[in-house]
Amino acid sequence: MNAPAPNLARSPVVALVGNPNAGKTSLFNALTGSRQKVGNYPGVTVERKAGRLALPDGRLCDLIDLPGTYSLNPRSPDEAVSRDAIFGRIAGERPLDAIVAVIDATNLRNHLRFVLELKPLGLPLVVALNMVDLAARDGIRIDAARLSALIGLPVVETVAVRKRGLDALGGALAAGIGDAPPPLPVAATGDVKALQKQARQISAAVETSTGAARRWSQRIDRVALHPVAGPLLLAAILFFMFQAVFSWAEAPMGWIEAGIAAVQARLALALPAGVLLSLLNDGVLAGVGAVVVFLPQILILFAFIIALEQSGYMTRAAFLMDRLMARVGLNGRAFIPLLSSFACAIPGIMATRTIDSPRDRLTTILIAPLMTCSARLPVYAVVIGAFIPARAVGPFGLQGLVLFVLYLAGILGALVAAFALRRTVTRGSAPPFLMEMPKYQWPAPRDLALGLYGRATAFLARAGTIILASTIVLWGLASWPQPPADGERPPIEYSLAGKIGAGLEPIFAPIGFNKEIAIALVPGMAAREVAVSALGTVYALNGVDEDHADGLIAQLRAAWPLPTALAFLAWFVFAPQCISTLAITRRETASWRWPIFMFTYLFAAAYVAAGVTHRLALAAGL
Amino acid sequence: MPPSPASRCITALAVGEVALIAAIDRAGLAPDTAQRLCELGFDEGVDVEILHRAPFGGDPIAVRVGNMVVALRCDMAALIEVAA
Repeated sequence: MNAPAPNLARSPVVALVGNPNAGKTSLFNALTGSRQKVGNYPGVTVERKAGRLALPDGRLCDLIDLPGTYSLNPRSPDEAVSRDAIFGRIAGERPLDAIVAVIDATNLRNHLRFVLELKPLGLPLVVALNMVDLAARDGIRIDAARLSALIGLPVVETVAVRKRGLDALGGALAAGIGDAPPPLPVAATGDVKALQKQARQISAAVETSTGAARRWSQRIDRVALHPVAGPLLLAAILFFMFQAVFSWAEAPMGWIEAGIAAVQARLALALPAGVLLSLLNDGVLAGVGAVVVFLPQILILFAFIIALEQSGYMTRAAFLMDRLMARVGLNGRAFIPLLSSFACAIPGIMATRTIDSPRDRLTTILIAPLMTCSARLPVYAVVIGAFIPARAVGPFGLQGLVLFVLYLAGILGALVAAFALRRTVTRGSAPPFLMEMPKYQWPAPRDLALGLYGRATAFLARAGTIILASTIVLWGLASWPQPPADGERPPIEYSLAGKIGAGLEPIFAPIGFNKEIAIALVPGMAAREVAVSALGTVYALNGVDEDHADGLIAQLRAAWPLPTALAFLAWFVFAPQCISTLAITRRETASWRWPIFMFTYLFAAAYVAAGVTHRLALAAGL
Repeated sequence: MPPSPASRCITALAVGEVALIAAIDRAGLAPDTAQRLCELGFDEGVDVEILHRAPFGGDPIAVRVGNMVVALRCDMAALIEVAA
């Protein structure tokens, strides 16, 4: 080579840009492997993915995977980030040295239009003609050399999932990136219609198609979007997903519980009884354990959500459910996040990132905790077991019917809340529903694994710190001050939590809650199912948990009138107590405003529901 | 623009019937939505076909436009006219 040796000290910034569904993230994963950093752009909840890419000439690039966008005219916060990054307008981000425009070979004419829009910006630009294997399968042949000549840009054929064409892509980048950073691009005002026409002409000139494009996707859609078979298939997929979430998670959840118990037992032997032991065992391990035990369910749910997204089925589910979601002012994309929230609101809330309208997304986040998550089940099980007689009502059991009513109340509550929120705090027109339905693809294991890893670490890192801090605070409240040596009542009553609970009693008395319930709600802030063990603590029973609740059931039966028990159930339909949900809402809305709002409105709804239930039960003479 | 007798609304197409886009009433759309429609490939002279209608009332519809499939609600689709 005659070119001067490249400046190895400078690491150029290269961005992957392209339409959604162009295979951009697969290409990013193939180029960077596991060496990637996933974070957020400051102030917005748009994911920032960066990694390192070694060029063949020895230079090391910072490779950034920008959110998929159809053009430089953004219609969502994700697309705005892509535009701002391309124009070098994001604070704290270095301007770009080059762009890799990723285009889908099976959808040349639409994706090519974006390349033509990027070209006048003047940045070094390499076109990755991706998924050429799928194009060949569909009978599409593209003359890459002719394409390159017509658009005046280097074109490299790639198959990201098989790591094909990556070296050639690196070579083209190395040739395009100079030693000095290029000047910042200025906004070009291209006419979309004209560019679209030009793209159609170019693709017609370089493309020969023999065979029906998208044949496979259309065949699958004939079933997946069939008016009758489609909803049935969706129901079957979701049924399988929930079966998997609960049955596959059972064993690992047991291991986590056993593991935490084993560590607690070790610590009890190794440390003298005292404050430190109590802090570690009853505070840190018990509190964090109560949250981490849901990690298997969360991971399995994430895996399903990612697979549904990557396969292209997610948009079909949104298509099928759009009509129903539109009735409460949401769109079809809200369906899967809300459904996931039946297992746990955390993956549900994190999955709302696929909703492009910020108002729809916020509404969906706010109502997600109303879906009856699995953490409510232990509470329901104990109270129903204690107060609802196991007698038959027609072909059904009364206990099961009550449980069903509680689930239904959550769904109805969510619909009413969505309806009300869309007319008040999230008022305003949402952008019209307009959704590309990509071709079906098998999710690539590497992309699935990296996606799962990214979401799991995001949950543990962001929620984990808040959860750890708050469980320590709650432990402190429940342990201090310590009871006097001759104290006869349960120790928690002497603590700050007991005092707070007793102070809250007048607030809760009108809805039928006694002092013990008020006290149990304080440590129960950590997670909803902690209320079970907290009640055990208040009633001075040791070792109460969901598997050893018989003593508690007998105790509650003696201590609570029936209207109080029903009010308690109604409270838990709306109960705001879940630190993880509030923490993840803080992360996903990038402000404290919405988690505080969420807590307040859920508290108010729970209070009203419990109060009304209590009054009605009293009036009915129960 | 009043519908000319030679054109009809895209929602009037039968599933599987291919037609060419005759006109798009861009004035009835927010500017960014009109632009996005164009970016997704909706343009005068392009071939379109309704592939599916959603259950529970036939709204939204899935439209093939060129090589792309796009889901949109009928109120927006009503602004797109195809040659008869």
